[in-house]
Amino acid sequence: MLEGFDFGVQMNVATSWKRGPGTRGTVLRTIGPVWDGNEVWVITGGALLFAAFPEWYATLFSGFYLALLLLLLVLIVRVCAFKWRDKVDSDRWRTGWDVVHVIGGFAPALLWGVAFGNIVAGVSIDENRWVTTTLLELLNPFALLSGLVFVLLFWLHGTLYLTLKIEGPLREDANRWAGRLAWPAIVAGAAFLLWFQLAHSNTWLTLIPVAVAALALIAVVPLNRRRREGLAFGATTTAIAAASIALFGGLFPYVMPAVNDPANSLTVANASSTAHTLTVMLVALCVLMPIVLAYTVWTYRVFRHRVRDEDSPAPGSELLEKAKQGYREAFEQD
Amino acid sequence: MEALDLARWQFGITTVYHFIFVPLTIGLSLLVAIMQTRAVFSKDPVRKDAWTRMTKFFGSMLIVNFGIGIATGIVQEFQFGMNWSEYARYVGDVFGAPLALEGLAAFFLESVFLGLWIFGWGKMPEKIHLLTIWAVAVGTTLSAYFIIAANSFMQHPVGAMLNPETGRAELDPSQGSILAVLTNVTAMAAFPHVVSGAWLVAGAFLTGVASWHMVRHHNRARALGLDTEEGQEQHLAARDLYRPTVRFGVVAMFISALVLVVSGDFQAKIMFEQQPMKMASAEAHCDTDSEVPFSILTVGGPNAFSEDCDGVTHLIEIPYVTSILATNDPFAELQGVDDLNAQYKEQFGETALDIRGNEVEVDYRPNLFVTYWSFRLMMGLAAFSGVLALWALWATRGKGDKARTTGSKLFQWFAVLSIPMPFFANSAGWVFTEIGRQPWVVHPNPLDPTVRLMTLQGVSANPGWMVLTSLVAFTLVYGVLAVIWFQMMRKAALKGAPLAKRDPDTGEPDTPTLSFDY
Repeated sequence: MLEGFDFGVQMNVATSWKRGPGTRGTVLRTIGPVWDGNEVWVITGGALLFAAFPEWYATLFSGFYLALLLLLLVLIVRVCAFKWRDKVDSDRWRTGWDVVHVIGGFAPALLWGVAFGNIVAGVSIDENRWVTTTLLELLNPFALLSGLVFVLLFWLHGTLYLTLKIEGPLREDANRWAGRLAWPAIVAGAAFLLWFQLAHSNTWLTLIPVAVAALALIAVVPLNRRRREGLAFGATTTAIAAASIALFGGLFPYVMPAVNDPANSLTVANASSTAHTLTVMLVALCVLMPIVLAYTVWTYRVFRHRVRDEDSPAPGSELLEKAKQGYREAFEQD
Repeated sequence: MEALDLARWQFGITTVYHFIFVPLTIGLSLLVAIMQTRAVFSKDPVRKDAWTRMTKFFGSMLIVNFGIGIATGIVQEFQFGMNWSEYARYVGDVFGAPLALEGLAAFFLESVFLGLWIFGWGKMPEKIHLLTIWAVAVGTTLSAYFIIAANSFMQHPVGAMLNPETGRAELDPSQGSILAVLTNVTAMAAFPHVVSGAWLVAGAFLTGVASWHMVRHHNRARALGLDTEEGQEQHLAARDLYRPTVRFGVVAMFISALVLVVSGDFQAKIMFEQQPMKMASAEAHCDTDSEVPFSILTVGGPNAFSEDCDGVTHLIEIPYVTSILATNDPFAELQGVDDLNAQYKEQFGETALDIRGNEVEVDYRPNLFVTYWSFRLMMGLAAFSGVLALWALWATRGKGDKARTTGSKLFQWFAVLSIPMPFFANSAGWVFTEIGRQPWVVHPNPLDPTVRLMTLQGVSANPGWMVLTSLVAFTLVYGVLAVIWFQMMRKAALKGAPLAKRDPDTGEPDTPTLSFDY
């Protein structure tokens, strides 16, 4: 969800391409202080997967090898694009990193989507728990549709985030783009979720989150038209959350079904760590998570507090401009 | 080459690359935090100004370095699943926990607070802002701790047992479980060694960069004449701005050297108990013997680049040193590589089953050439920093008005060339400890050798071309990023900190505070 709007905002670097590197920088600055924390969720998520479901982690990561390789390469250069883009004062330099940003927005969304599609649809797994499905077979219609849905949904999500965080003509742009993206996202999303429900879900109960996701997505259209930006962003957030619940709920008790022989499937039970390790991790989560959340919330408050003080009419961009200015004065002495 | 060799090369390349940036981040975040502390608490306006400028100057380089360290760290985590899936299955129940703890306890801390520190200049009270960089320093050090704990499990597994049903290692509550993993004596020895290695990197970096600027300003001052206003400005930049940083870096190097030697000695002693093969191969000590000397130069036989002991000849030796290093007893008998090999073959078998169930012959000797020379490289390169520290101290001797700076070009270039040496020493140390563990990926604990795994049993089942693809892709992308990183660091380092304009009457610099007003 969090990474989702980061990717979506990066995709918006493409939609605002013609406005030049300065404007593209403004777009990126809306996620300047938060993307890093969001990326840490992904990394910590990977480590938690390793700790709690080592068999799943091992089968998934070795089985989807080339897709993950691509994802890793993009994630690496994406971090550098964020950190280094504004370190050299040259339009060519910035434009170069902006290309990386565009790739860094679209490619991971597509790759996550394809990977998720294959996880819920199932792949061939042998008795050693090695994936035997080839790369070409991973690019099946269902998985590709899943990839498309991820791209459209994150794009829409990031665009709505922008409407909240930016001012002036860029906000108009974002509104327009949100309107354009909403219908394709609804159609593709509905097709994907229906297909999933009929072909791959293990329970009709997932119809509930599927319906919630569909309704939330449809609600984006009127909300965006009436400029209820907060509610529209809330709607895509709900849609993504509901879709995730539907996908994992429909998969349960499997985490990676084997299509060739159900006996080789990875389940919540046979892919997880021992009960003892899971208890250890749960205790660690309960102790550490509140601390992490506390200082993350505090971070947001530190920056928000300023806005209230100065009675700034539009929080997003101006706040970030000020932060950026402070940064410049601190580190760029020229 | 087979998938196994390629996967090993990939792990080696990506790890060494990752560990170029990591020690600088760990060490520099601490040193920047200390510099900012001095800036905040200095009463003397000249000092306050100097430390403020140095905090920002080195802070800007810390930021450049931080990103690439994070980016390359993601690869390390994913790699266990991609290339070493069978290893991940075998140890996941134990090994995943410290990695997840690193994310939860350390990674969030350093990332969130680095953001706060960068964007928080002038937005929060000075002392709260100071706390954010300390949080970063604590976070990076804590990260190192958890990763070392995970690595130490591979060197010396504790807190776990082998589940005979699944054939996998599992956390064992009766052996202390996760607490035993986190307080592993191997980790307790390695952690101070690695962290002080990071301080050495950062200390040499600080002294190297600051010395370069100090000499430059010193010479400019002399060229302009000390009686001119510009000359005086240059003179003060050398004496009040860069000289204290040069000396601060020297202090960091001395402290780290002390910790390095003490922890290294301790590590060597427990390694002789836990991994005698590794220490024997560090010395290329082939036959069991007492009164073992320490050799400085050794040549090999016809197969010098292998595990082979034939023809290994020690040319220059210092008597007793290896025996002392191992046990504090100059006459101690130490087992040789060949005898250990025979002993292990008896204990663990002459063959092992690989992931596909094929019998493979096993040699329990690591590559002697690599272990022998990486061990010496690690210590030899670190000595470079010693020379730099002493020279810098001598060049900047004196106090108060007699405080000296130097204009020596020779010193200037030596200082700059010394910067990369501790980086290489760090890499050599890792190469030594990881290659020295071979053929094991999880080295058996001599007290309970049931939890153990050979490297050839840990690799994924993917074909060689796949691993080769990723090896080539990572190497290329890493190469490009390294060039960009180097250029950016170089540019930032050469730019230097802006000089203070002094008030002609009071002699006070113009920007004495850390916060900014809008």
